[in-house]
Amino acid sequence: MTLLDVKDLSIDIHGIRPLDGISFSVDKGEILGIVGESGSGKSLTALSVMGLLPLIGGRIERGSISFDGTELTTLKEPAFRKLRGRRIAFITQNPMTSLDPVIRVGAQIDQVARLHLGLDAKAAQARSIEIMEQLRIPEAATIYHHFPHQLSGGMKQRIVIAMALAADPDLIIADEPTTALDVTIQAQIVDLLVELVRERGLALILITHDMGVVAQTCDRVVVLYAGRVAESHDVTAIFASPRHPYTKALIRCIPREDTLPGSLTGIPGAVPSVAHYPPGCRYHPRCARMGVPCEKVVPPLEHPTSGGEIACHFPESNGGANV
Amino acid sequence: MLSYIIRRLLLLIPVFFTVSIIIFGIIHLVPGDPIDNLMRIGSSPEQKAIITARYGLDKPLVEQYLLWLGKMAQGDLGDAIVMRRPVVDLLAQNIPFSLRLGGAALLFSTLLGIAAGTLAAINKDGRIDQGVMAGILVGSTLPSFWLGLLLMLLFSVQLGWLPVSGARTWQALILPVLTIGLGGTALVARATRVAMLETMQKDFVLLLHAKGLPARRIQLRHVLRHALMPVVTILGLRIGWILGGAVTVEYVFARPGLGTLLIKALNQHDYPVMQGCLLMLAIAVMLGTLIGDLVQAAMDPRVRHAMT
Repeated sequence: MTLLDVKDLSIDIHGIRPLDGISFSVDKGEILGIVGESGSGKSLTALSVMGLLPLIGGRIERGSISFDGTELTTLKEPAFRKLRGRRIAFITQNPMTSLDPVIRVGAQIDQVARLHLGLDAKAAQARSIEIMEQLRIPEAATIYHHFPHQLSGGMKQRIVIAMALAADPDLIIADEPTTALDVTIQAQIVDLLVELVRERGLALILITHDMGVVAQTCDRVVVLYAGRVAESHDVTAIFASPRHPYTKALIRCIPREDTLPGSLTGIPGAVPSVAHYPPGCRYHPRCARMGVPCEKVVPPLEHPTSGGEIACHFPESNGGANV
Repeated sequence: MLSYIIRRLLLLIPVFFTVSIIIFGIIHLVPGDPIDNLMRIGSSPEQKAIITARYGLDKPLVEQYLLWLGKMAQGDLGDAIVMRRPVVDLLAQNIPFSLRLGGAALLFSTLLGIAAGTLAAINKDGRIDQGVMAGILVGSTLPSFWLGLLLMLLFSVQLGWLPVSGARTWQALILPVLTIGLGGTALVARATRVAMLETMQKDFVLLLHAKGLPARRIQLRHVLRHALMPVVTILGLRIGWILGGAVTVEYVFARPGLGTLLIKALNQHDYPVMQGCLLMLAIAVMLGTLIGDLVQAAMDPRVRHAMT
């Protein structure tokens, strides 16, 4: 059952349009990966769904965001506040800066349950400690009284996750939840998130730039490039036969066991800045398969019979990630 | 917290000695001689030597300094040469006036400054913000002695609502407080506004919004709390400044006080009184900084833990 349905979403920030007609949906119990390089619009997608665009001076220009039957683009702020943290929770990129440094971590978790579930201080504390224990925070009752600066990065991210879980949400949006962490902790946190989602039947939107993480955890994936959807499909299908040249390039960037030292692959060039999007297909300056229409004509998002969505004039037909 | 306080207090000891040496040294660089003020015209050099010796001014400077320090330890700051009274008495007479004025001005600029800065920050770029910013510009650029005269002309001379000068009634405090407080208000308002706007950009504020907390509550409970930390530091520094900086304002309004006493002592080259006044101001600055640091430590666990 579709929980979140985003259709043709465009946003405007100070006269520029960093998101241009993106669509995707998430079902209950599903993990959707949103992938792309920095500047592709991943975090803005998250802010749009959270209704927090006004904080950065942005607004939704066009399109719809429907959450469990409620249209969010026209929802008034007081009603939106009841969803935020309660039914849609957010996990931010950098746990080092995501917690209020002068408030004990326990109180920061309590805040959510007290606000949304109407628990009193004592009940909220018991609940917070219970969630912390579920997240395998050792000596949760002690850590509860710590300040953020007394905890490690991985532990802080667990606190942020505990805040997200505190009011039993239906959807969690995790914006690069492991990027700022040590490599050894990254896998732990991702595994923990996946486990939670599976156990509780939550929907999770996992925003990442790491195709490797997507392959391990997601059910479906949306590839964003420069504010547009390049391709979306089931994870198995997309890794077996990526059709968009950008998707293929991203997959090639995943280091593998047989990658020779010093031979890490990258994609030449960089994501264009939002003020200088090229006409036509925005990927064409970096694309190996670039042809005549790519420079002028925007490729429409098509729904091929093989499933998924793709916006490319010259999609790969046979696929094959190993080419 | 206790060990933090003790550490901060111990740090004050070397600062105090350094400051006392500087005060003592600087005063003896001022040209002129207090004894000349005491002499009748046409007195002989012998008479002058006798009087100089009576005040111990013929001894080497190091010895004079140590004597001063030794007496200070017993609560004796010497006798005023020209005013002919114990310096401690003069200070005790004047300091309460300075404290009343400085305290009221500090309270006034703290409350009004924080309120104005907060209002400006949560209405960024709106009418209120523009108004506050204009007020800040005016408040921080008007010289206080001139502002004092203008206020006096308007409220005392034209309208006759408030006394022109003196310090007998509480009404006499209003104009001097406004005069000194306006600059401080502008300072505090600007610091509060900037710090709030900066804090609003932080990740943790975004996450507070994502938790579903109402914007006002985020601004007033979380953002303002963070914004007040730099403001507290400024206020701590301001405590000393406001006691010494009131000099011209005390003069304009003909109020007794530390500033007035200091000017008088300067004109008469009255070394012990000057030393006493400067020492009090230095102590006020030291205590102000200390209070600022302690309040900061109470507000921010990171500061407390960094010191232990």
